[in-house]
Amino acid sequence: MKGRINSFQSMGAVDGPGVRFVVFLQGCPLRCVYCHNPDTWEAGGEEYSVDDVVRRILRCRSYFGEDGGVTVSGGEPLMQWEFVSELFRKLKEEGIHTALDTSGTGDPDGAAEVLKYTDLVLCDLKFSSEEDYSRYCGGSLGQVLSFLELTGRLDIPLWIRHVVVPGLTDGKENLDRIAELARHCPNLRRIELLPFRKICSVKYEAMGVPFPLAGYEECTEEAIQKWNKLITLRV
Amino acid sequence: MKHSAWEGFREGRWSEEIDVRDFIQTNYTPYEGNEDFLAGPTERTKTLMKKLKYLFELEQESGGVLDIDTQTVSSLTSYQPGYLDKEREIIVGLQTDRPLKRGVNPFGGVNMTKHACEAYGYRLSQKVENEFQYRTTHNDGVFRVYTEEIKAARRSGIITGLPDAYGRGRIIGDYRRIALYGIDRLISEKEKDKAEYGKRMMDVDNIRQLEELYQQINFLGKLKEMAAMYGFDISRPAAGAAEAVQWLYFGYLGSIKEQNGAAMSLGRVSTFLDIYFERDLNSGVLTEEQAQEILDDFVMKLRMARHLRTPEYNELFAGDPMWITEAIGGMGEDGRTLVTKNSFRMLRTLYNLGPSAEPNLTILWSNDLPKNFKRYAAKVSCDTDAIQYENDDVMRPGFGDDYAIACCVSAMRVGRDMQFFGARANLPKLLLMTLNGGRDEKTGAQVAPARKPYEGEYLEYGTVMEMMKFYREWLAKTYVNAMNIIHYMHDKYAYEKTQMALHDTDVHRYMAFGIAGLSVLADSLSAIRYGRVRVIRDEAGLITGFETAGDYPAFGNDDDRVDSIAQEQVRLFFEELKKNPAYRNAEHTLSILTITSNVVYGKKTGATPDGRKAGEPFAPGANPMHNREKNGALASLNSVAKLSYDYCKDGVSNTFSIVPQALGRQDEERYRNLVSVLDGYFGRKAHHLNVNVLDRQTLKEAYEFPEKHPNLTIRVSGYAVNFHKLSRKQQQEVISRTFHEAM
Repeated sequence: MKGRINSFQSMGAVDGPGVRFVVFLQGCPLRCVYCHNPDTWEAGGEEYSVDDVVRRILRCRSYFGEDGGVTVSGGEPLMQWEFVSELFRKLKEEGIHTALDTSGTGDPDGAAEVLKYTDLVLCDLKFSSEEDYSRYCGGSLGQVLSFLELTGRLDIPLWIRHVVVPGLTDGKENLDRIAELARHCPNLRRIELLPFRKICSVKYEAMGVPFPLAGYEECTEEAIQKWNKLITLRV
Repeated sequence: MKHSAWEGFREGRWSEEIDVRDFIQTNYTPYEGNEDFLAGPTERTKTLMKKLKYLFELEQESGGVLDIDTQTVSSLTSYQPGYLDKEREIIVGLQTDRPLKRGVNPFGGVNMTKHACEAYGYRLSQKVENEFQYRTTHNDGVFRVYTEEIKAARRSGIITGLPDAYGRGRIIGDYRRIALYGIDRLISEKEKDKAEYGKRMMDVDNIRQLEELYQQINFLGKLKEMAAMYGFDISRPAAGAAEAVQWLYFGYLGSIKEQNGAAMSLGRVSTFLDIYFERDLNSGVLTEEQAQEILDDFVMKLRMARHLRTPEYNELFAGDPMWITEAIGGMGEDGRTLVTKNSFRMLRTLYNLGPSAEPNLTILWSNDLPKNFKRYAAKVSCDTDAIQYENDDVMRPGFGDDYAIACCVSAMRVGRDMQFFGARANLPKLLLMTLNGGRDEKTGAQVAPARKPYEGEYLEYGTVMEMMKFYREWLAKTYVNAMNIIHYMHDKYAYEKTQMALHDTDVHRYMAFGIAGLSVLADSLSAIRYGRVRVIRDEAGLITGFETAGDYPAFGNDDDRVDSIAQEQVRLFFEELKKNPAYRNAEHTLSILTITSNVVYGKKTGATPDGRKAGEPFAPGANPMHNREKNGALASLNSVAKLSYDYCKDGVSNTFSIVPQALGRQDEERYRNLVSVLDGYFGRKAHHLNVNVLDRQTLKEAYEFPEKHPNLTIRVSGYAVNFHKLSRKQQQEVISRTFHEAM
C-alpha cells in the first residue's frame, strides 16, 4: 500500500496532544478560500509505502512521551483512506497514538475504516451554513455533520477546530452557531479556534493562483483569545 | 580530625581524607517536590540588583568595558577590596577594587593585553610593560617553538582559536574543598604530597610536579591573604550556609584574578551547598527567604565577573562570555537523584535577578530525574531561554556522579580531572586543501605539504576520500604538535596554581581537540557521493568553486546515507589524533563545538561542494546547516544524536530553537512537550542541547543572523513553518507584526 505524501513534519505540537509526528498527505477535494496549504490540493506528491512511513515515525517515537503520537493531515487524508487506515492499523500495533486531522469530507465507508484505528479526530468545522460551505470551500455542511455523527457513534474523542477570518468567520453570531453544532457532539473533548494568517500568500503567488482572501485582515492574537474564551463558555 | 564546623554532618571517608563526593553522598537530601517552596527577591536583593543593572547599562554605553586598571597586574592580592554595596552585600569579593573594572593579565601575552587596552581607548601603563619586559609570557614561549608549518596552518585558519596568546581556561578548581576543609588543611595535604614526591627519582616530570606543588601551596596562602583583606579567615572550614558560599566564592574569585582563561567554570556546587543550607534551615538559623538571598547575592557576584579581551577574541567568542558553568541536577550512582532544593534555588535566580547568560546554568538531564524538576527546568527554558541541557545518562558511566562541565560541554570529575583545551580544526577547509594539494583555497599559499591536486572535472567520492587520508594525517599531527607546545608553555609560564591546588595532586589529564564545520563537510561529501559536483578552477589552477547538481541527502534529516558520513568523518579524525602522543600523557578527546566561531571559520573558508558560498558561516557546533532540514525538528535532532559520544567525550553541541507557539498552545503544554523532546533526544544517547523558546525579540535576531537560530519554527495559520523558509519580506512582515504587539 502506497500513499501520496506532500511532506513530513517530525515535530508538531499543535495538531493534537503532546509531541507529534505529522504526515501531510497530498490531494484535497475542497478549495477553501483561506487554505494555507494550496500546494496540497492537486494529486501528485511523493509516493511512500506504509512501512516506509512507519519506519520514519518509529525513529521519532522516543519523543512522544505520555501523550504524543502521530497526526495525519493534508490535504484531505480521507481521500487516501486505504493508506491511512493501513498506516494507523500498523501504528496501533506499535502502541502509538493516532490522530486524524480532517475536514470530514470523503467516502463515509472509507472514513469508518480509518476510524477503526483512530484515537482522536481533529475535525475542521469551517462554516456554519450550507450556503457558506458551498460558496467558500466547495463542500457540504451536511456531509461534515454526518461524519461528526459517525465519530460520535464510534465514541472517538473529538476536537473541533475553526479558522477565524475577521469579517468572514468571526462574529458572535457565527461562532454561536459553530458552538451550537459542536455541542451536539457527545464525543467533543475540545474546541479550538485558529487565527487566520496570510503567510501562505506566497504559495499562491508561486502557483500563479490568486489568493481569494488577499483583501482580508489577519486575525490578531488578542482577538483569537477573546473568541476562544467566548466559545469555550458556549460549548 | 573533627571540626566544630562539621557539627551535624554525618562522618565518612571525607572526614579523614579530601573527598567532597563522599561528603555529598553521606549528607545530602534529595528533593523530589516542586518549586512552590521558593522565595522571591528580598528588598535588599532588589536594591542591589538595581544598582548592578545601572552599572551594566553604563558598561554598555561605554562601549562594552566600564573601566580598566592599566597600572596593576591582576593577581589574588594586588587590588584593595572592592564592593558593590559594602553595607548590604552578603557575599563579598570583586576581581579589582571597583565593580566591573577590569584588570590586566599579561601572563598569557603582553601584546594581547596592550592591544585590548587600546581597543577600548586605554593604554597599558609603562610600569606594567616594564615589569613584563624581562618576563617570558606563555605567548612568548609558544612562538619561540612554533614551526613555520604550524604558523602557516594557524594563519590559514585550518586550525583556529588556539589558546596561544591568552589563558587556556577550561580548568575547574574544586572550590567546594575550601568550604569543607578550610585552607590550612588543604595546605597540609599538599605538603604531605610534596614530601612523598620528593622521595621519587628527580626526572623531568617529577621536578615539574614538585615545582607546581610549591606554587600551589604558595597560592593557597595567597587565597587566605586575599580573604583576610575582606575580613575573613578561611584557614578553617566554613561554619554556616553563608560562610560556605563565601569560602567557595573566594576560591573562584582567586582563580579568575589569577587566570583569564577562556572558560572558567564554577563546577557543581548547588547540591554541595544545599547540605549547609539544610543544616541551617533545620536548626532554625536560616529561613527560606534568607537561603535564596544568599544564592541571589552569590549569583550577582558571578554575573560581575569580567575579563579584558581583544576585538579579535570577541569575534571568535562573541558576547563577553566567561562560561561560569554550574552543573545542576543529575542522578547519583546509587540511583538517588542529585537534585536538591538548592538546584531549584539556583534556577530561581533567573527570576529573582532576571534572565542572564551567566552563570551558564546547565541541567544534567537523566531519564530518571524527578518529574517536578524536569517540568521546572522546561518552564525556565520557556521563560528565559537561559539554560542548557546535557545528558547525565551518557556521562555518568564514564565520569561518575561528581563531574562538572568545563566551558559548554566538557565533562570532568571535579578536582580529579583537568584538561588541556585546544580550539578546533576546520574540516571543510581540510577537504578544500586536499583538493588543492595542500594549498589554501583563498590565498593560494602552500600550507600543507605539496601533493598532486585533484585532476578531474567532476569530483569522485572514492578518489576524494583516498586523497583526504594524507592531509587528515598531516592536520592531526600538526594540530597535536601545536597543542603540545601550547600546553607545555602554559604549564611553564602561566600555570594555574590556584585552581590546581584545588585538585588532587595526581590528576587525570585530557587534551581536548575540536572540530568545526562538521555538517558542511558531511553535506559536501554527500553532494559528491549522491549528487554531481563539478570543480571550478581559477587561472592559477586553484579549485575555488563548485557546481553542484542533483539532490543529495543533507545532514539533519535523519537520513543514514549522509548521517553515516558525518559519523565516519568524526571517527576518522579522532583516530588520527590519537596516533600522536599528547603532552603529559593526556588522554585525547574531541568535541564538536564552535561556540560563535562558526562565523569566523566560515569567513576563512572558500566555497564548498555542498553549495555553501565562500565566506558564509558554518552551522554552529554539530548543528545541521539551516534551510537543509526538510523534515522538522525531531529528524534534525535524530541526525545529531547519531554522533557517538564515545568519539566525542569532550561534547557534541546542538542548538535547538523553537517559538513558543510551535511548542504548544498553553504554557503547561509547552513544558510537557519540551520535557518529551528532551527525554526523547537524550533517550537516543545524544549529548547536549541548547534550548531556545524564542520571544519576539529573538525573531529579529534570527532575521539578522540566521545561523544563530537554525531550527527556528513558527506557527502560521494552521501549520508550522521553518522561519528560514520564509522570504526576507515575509520574515520582515512577521517581525514587524509581532514587534508591534510587544510595544
